[in-house]
Amino acid sequence: MNIQELIEKLEEEIEEVEQGTLLPSTNIRNIDWWSSMHALVIIAFVDIEYNVQVSGKDLKEIQTIQDLYDLIVKKS
Amino acid sequence: MGFIDIEGIQIKGVSTVVPKQVVHNNNYELLSLAEREMLIKTTGIKQRRVANKNTTTSDLAIEAANHLFDKINWKRTEIDLLVFVTQSRDYYLPSTAVISQHKLGLSTTCIAFDIGLGCSGYVYGLSIIASILKSGNLKKAILLAGDVSTISCNYNDKSAYPLFGDAGSATFIEKTNKKNKWSFDLNSDGSGEDAIKITDGGTRNLPDENSFKLKQFEGGIQRNGFNLALNGIDIFNFSVTTIPKSIKNFLTIKETDFNTIDYFIMHQANLIMNETIRKKLKIELEKVPYSLTDYGNTSSASIPLTMALVENLMKNATKLLLSGFGVGLSWGNALLENDAIPHLLINDYSHD
Repeated sequence: MNIQELIEKLEEEIEEVEQGTLLPSTNIRNIDWWSSMHALVIIAFVDIEYNVQVSGKDLKEIQTIQDLYDLIVKKS
Repeated sequence: MGFIDIEGIQIKGVSTVVPKQVVHNNNYELLSLAEREMLIKTTGIKQRRVANKNTTTSDLAIEAANHLFDKINWKRTEIDLLVFVTQSRDYYLPSTAVISQHKLGLSTTCIAFDIGLGCSGYVYGLSIIASILKSGNLKKAILLAGDVSTISCNYNDKSAYPLFGDAGSATFIEKTNKKNKWSFDLNSDGSGEDAIKITDGGTRNLPDENSFKLKQFEGGIQRNGFNLALNGIDIFNFSVTTIPKSIKNFLTIKETDFNTIDYFIMHQANLIMNETIRKKLKIELEKVPYSLTDYGNTSSASIPLTMALVENLMKNATKLLLSGFGVGLSWGNALLENDAIPHLLINDYSHD
């Protein structure tokens, strides 16, 4: 996995995202459509796709796509 | 891990009663229209049934049992055992099961007691009834299960309010000479007690004026001490990690292949959670029925309510995998071989 693959899969997974708009530096919390439901979508996606569990504590520390990628790599 | 194996117990009827009042999540004013759409898509819950303030779980479950008595050739005096699974009992005391024994016109020789479990409660109830029937000189039993959860949810708590619906169920269970097998795997982890909790009103935090005060939480959420508090992320992570593992382990020990199971009937928590569990277990969607779209999370009534939507259970003998999981934390899985179930009923509550 590299971060570009993660971004492409996230863009497929989350309807509101236009293809090619997410960057490693994108702060997910600053996106105007972000909600707690999206947090669940991302946790479910990461669990099924990478078999990595993102805890509530992890989630609080994740700001950017890069943070999410680093967490997946660390926990894989 | 507690395993129980029993032969010859059969479900003869499953009946659920829901309140008439339908509440639609697309009318939930605390969320923007886009958020409502996202909520419905993610949780799968379009609408829920909500009880009137003076309707209790036992009102719904007793009516559900009465519907079955109308259909099935059982005498009320033949019932040896009545178990009531609920976390919304009528009174602090006495036990709701004992009150229900009288209201249902059952014999005073009937064993009756409550089990205080939620989402896992139906599986626990079945296992306890099967065990008692098998070990004693008893033949017929009724499992009442359900909750009126909406009274505990604060409208201003978007993390809990849109998820829950009310329902009461009755399952008629009989000991037979058949060789069909039931197996159970029951588990508990009280370290997760805070994942879903009503903090006040028990003996740990006796009710006082502070219990009624609204408190503010992250995301604009408001609730008081009598309201249900739900940590969505914690309960999600528990469910999608622990449940698939426990089911895989259970089926391995029982030497049962997923392909031999006709239906996997899960507690109806929310769609994204249940679908994550289903995908991790690689079970086909056709084998996994849902009731949450129209009824939401109905606590311990969610499995019987979902069973009643599967018409094939009335036509054919089936092998079912049940899984209940949630508040406690508590979870239970069951493998049930059962003949065709003659009566599967869903009715609206008649007194609304």
